[in-house]
Amino acid sequence: MQGYLRKDGRKGIRNHVAVAYLVECAHHVARAIASSFEEEGVQLIGFPGCYPSDYALAMMKQLCTHPNVGAVLLVSLGCEEFRRSELAELIAQSGRPVKIAVIQESGGTKGTIALGRDWVRKTLATIADVPRVPMSFADLLVGTECGGSDGTSGITANPAIGVAVDHLIDNGGSAMFEETCELLGCEAHMASRAATPELGREILRVMRKADDYYRDLEHGSFGGGNITGGLSTIEEKSIGAYAKSGTRPIAGLLTPGILPPKPGLYLMDMVNDGGVRFGIPNINDTATVVEMIACGCHMVLFSTGRGSVVGSAIAPVIKVCANPVTYRKLSEDMDVDAGRILEGRAGLAEVGQEIFDMIRAVASGVQTKSEALGHQEFILTYKTFEPLGPSCLPV
Amino acid sequence: MSIDAIRLSDKDNVGVAIHDIAAGGTVELADIKLAARDPVPLGHKIALRHIRTGEKILKFGVPVGSATVDIPAGAHVHMHNVKSDYLTNREDHWE
Repeated sequence: MQGYLRKDGRKGIRNHVAVAYLVECAHHVARAIASSFEEEGVQLIGFPGCYPSDYALAMMKQLCTHPNVGAVLLVSLGCEEFRRSELAELIAQSGRPVKIAVIQESGGTKGTIALGRDWVRKTLATIADVPRVPMSFADLLVGTECGGSDGTSGITANPAIGVAVDHLIDNGGSAMFEETCELLGCEAHMASRAATPELGREILRVMRKADDYYRDLEHGSFGGGNITGGLSTIEEKSIGAYAKSGTRPIAGLLTPGILPPKPGLYLMDMVNDGGVRFGIPNINDTATVVEMIACGCHMVLFSTGRGSVVGSAIAPVIKVCANPVTYRKLSEDMDVDAGRILEGRAGLAEVGQEIFDMIRAVASGVQTKSEALGHQEFILTYKTFEPLGPSCLPV
Repeated sequence: MSIDAIRLSDKDNVGVAIHDIAAGGTVELADIKLAARDPVPLGHKIALRHIRTGEKILKFGVPVGSATVDIPAGAHVHMHNVKSDYLTNREDHWE
């Protein structure tokens, strides 16, 4: 594997230019700039809110200095409250080319699109020189997510991802699992896998928080597609989802945008602190994927039974299809056919190894299906998190 | 002999259909043979024995909910006869 070496020592598996809008009012202009470089893999990200948010700023700082990002164009309307200079300064300090294009000061829509395209064109040439260096599994962080789960997800794709995660950890790499709201029922088992008893208590704390939050919300993370697919309760869905985490010890607990301090397996708490404040914590699968990428994930393993087609901005998504019928319908969107396990055409270990081999290939530059199809899903919304206590990340 | 459903743990009182099962069909697992009372689609659960009201539904060897009515062997096990022991969504998710 070969990575793009960044100033902070991290290595990227892609070298993208990111175009980031800093309020919804700048979204169209940013999209027009980015879309003219689709072939070059320019990525569109952004935050739609106008009211300032420490959380959104922290997330954008991590996303704009993600190892897969080589340069950033910030597109501002001009009057939103986002602290754009603070973000631009941090990106510059990270050794990346950065520019702020302010629509109100650059001739409006047309002028800013022209200026932005010009900058991206020049910058693509500049960052082509970023050195590539050998990369090992110790440099790699892989996220796991499931979307459109059905009764096959927990039997085929999720445990196969668990096998790949175990291989990754055993090779000195790092992985994350998340969505505490979709792990209800697994809290005692997770706590027993914690590296320290104190971390186990922190895991139980965030699981209680998730339970309370969704009770207050009167809406769990369980719905129509899951039911049609044969899942009857949130805890049934959870136990299937939990299989993605494999069997190795849990090294720490993260919140979105916090980087793992050392290799290992991490759980990410994604439920807002301070009660129900901004609504459903993660309004779709992409919200969770983006949060894991903000923790530094180079790529995401995504299992689906019903058949999700999403990819992501910034980090490639490897789609593992759990259901053999779905795979036949959507094979052009799926990277791995884990439904073979149900049909007796492959074993769990074999599919797990295939996923692990694919991690290595994608890290070496091979495009995933969603990446080649141009998927760049992205979403960032308001949230708040309290700082993590020392027990969450034991040394 | 074709396998129609799998039991994920020896403790389980439900099996998971590995393809669509028609009502009235004979369901074969590794060591169990029973008649399907309902159609059971791929990925859905089928009762492997009589499950009494209030009894836990066991899948992967762990509880995934409770029976809200008596469920006869061979019946489809789903929203109509199972409730969560955690969160219950109040919205109607059926299309």
